[in-house]
Amino acid sequence: MTMPYSTIAQLAKGLQDGSFSSRELTQDVIADIKARDQHYNSFISLSEDQALAQADAADARIAAGSAAPMTGIPMAHKDLFCTQGVRTTAGSKILDNFVPPYESTVSQLFLDAGAVSVGKTNLDEFAMGSSNESSFYGAVHNPWDLNAVPGGSSGGSAAAVAAGFVAGATGTDTGGSIRQPAAFCNLTGIRPTYGRVSRFGIIAYASSLDQAGPMTHTAEDAALMLNVMAQFDPQDSTSAQVETPDYTTSLNDSLAGLKIGVPTEFFEAGLAAGVAEATMAAIKQYEAMGAEIVDISLPNLKLSIPAYYVIAPSEASSNLSRYDGVRYGYRCDDPADLMDMYCRSRAEGFGEEVKRRIMVGTYALSEGFYDAYYVKAQRIRRMIKDDYARAFEQVDVIMGPVTPTPAFDIGSHSKDPVAMYLEDIYTLSINLAGIPAMSTPAGFVNGRPVGLHIMGNYFSEAKLLNIAHKLQQVTDWHLQQPQSL
Amino acid sequence: MALNNADILKIAKLARLQVDDQQANDYANSITSILDLVDQMQAVNTDGIEPLSNPLDAHQRLRADQVTASNKRDEFMAIAPKSEAGLFLVPQVIE
Repeated sequence: MTMPYSTIAQLAKGLQDGSFSSRELTQDVIADIKARDQHYNSFISLSEDQALAQADAADARIAAGSAAPMTGIPMAHKDLFCTQGVRTTAGSKILDNFVPPYESTVSQLFLDAGAVSVGKTNLDEFAMGSSNESSFYGAVHNPWDLNAVPGGSSGGSAAAVAAGFVAGATGTDTGGSIRQPAAFCNLTGIRPTYGRVSRFGIIAYASSLDQAGPMTHTAEDAALMLNVMAQFDPQDSTSAQVETPDYTTSLNDSLAGLKIGVPTEFFEAGLAAGVAEATMAAIKQYEAMGAEIVDISLPNLKLSIPAYYVIAPSEASSNLSRYDGVRYGYRCDDPADLMDMYCRSRAEGFGEEVKRRIMVGTYALSEGFYDAYYVKAQRIRRMIKDDYARAFEQVDVIMGPVTPTPAFDIGSHSKDPVAMYLEDIYTLSINLAGIPAMSTPAGFVNGRPVGLHIMGNYFSEAKLLNIAHKLQQVTDWHLQQPQSL
Repeated sequence: MALNNADILKIAKLARLQVDDQQANDYANSITSILDLVDQMQAVNTDGIEPLSNPLDAHQRLRADQVTASNKRDEFMAIAPKSEAGLFLVPQVIE
């Protein structure tokens, strides 16, 4: 009864009409992961007992006629969301033994909706990376090509959906960590407006940039998941007090008259020809739907890389100071004194990229350098935000590539952090500006998927999902399945 | 800005990370290349531009000063590396 590549909407229908129970579905999903995930390494932990209990509760709720759209649907959480009683590692040795005593708001909202969490997915350590190679639990392999990275940092969530284990998974996006793996794995992934989804209980990387969102096959499924995730949370002091629409109701709205901005800076040197062609071909599809394509400019796009790689490590160095070996997580053996305990617990517990970013951030925030690095980066951050504000006076949405190339080979970038950072050129500015953006499938180059990047103004998630859904009605890229299945 | 090993050891101490001499050398190289990338910012004129800390320019929301969280002391103590009688144990700091 396993149904890889069923959508959430299809599974919900099957659960509602009694074709199968949530318990049967959940048992199949867990058996499938146990049988096949050695090829992908997409999961760090399975929560079989909890999942079956949640499935039984969902079946009772469906029988009682009080099911919500996600009730009984097996899904997975990036292992960055704290789940009470289920180990949460952030992909790091320092949290290898961490079992949270509380639940993140996002995972609680899915529990309230009756969804079934089958496990926790692999990620770059503390969500720092673009390839899912920095995880303490090993690299994740892209289901479309096992030699390729799945992208990162939400690489395990992307691979788990692309491999057909679950129809949807949560991710987080601090500099592209939902959109880039979605592009590399042929998925729909949306990073909402900063503050749209609660950060409470998500292990913090860079608090002014972090935002959670869904990763699915279709825009419709992303809308169903975002309906659960997006709401004001008093426990997150930066949660937006803005009304949440039903994201499914506008999916089929007409796009006649839509003005699509295409920034010239997204199509300059460094963009692979095949990706440029696939992206432009996807954008052209919208002309047939009545949209107008307008050339625009985002003049400070290139500055998003230096600004991001100051702000994110600075916030990370502050956030990760909490891992000290005192209250939870890893502590080194036989510390000589307190200072030795701090320094060795952290040196032994964190991986190389995390330590590098902590040190970059510590340096940028240190006395004498704060203004030249951190404050300078924040000024550039406003210039980037202002570029988008000017663009949205001209156009309704912006489109371009998500990444300069399709998924690269495992190991090809891992020795050179700067080369890896340059891969983030099209995604970082969104996080700096705090606007929503998504990736939707746009074709393939040599068998590796390409994503179309759709960016909108603040709180325009419904419009972005509508735009992606309309493309998915006239293309079948999102329905393709990897040969490795 | 090129960092040398002594710079790295100073930063590592501030960051509470133990780094040996060989690692300091590696970090000096990779962090110098990151700072070279980041230093592109210095050529940009940002006079008169307000720093942006919250992308929505939102201010910290305040709440009433009332107890809202439940007492989870036992749960939090249970996951500590070392604890005794409701206290976190660390190496001795006072003689």
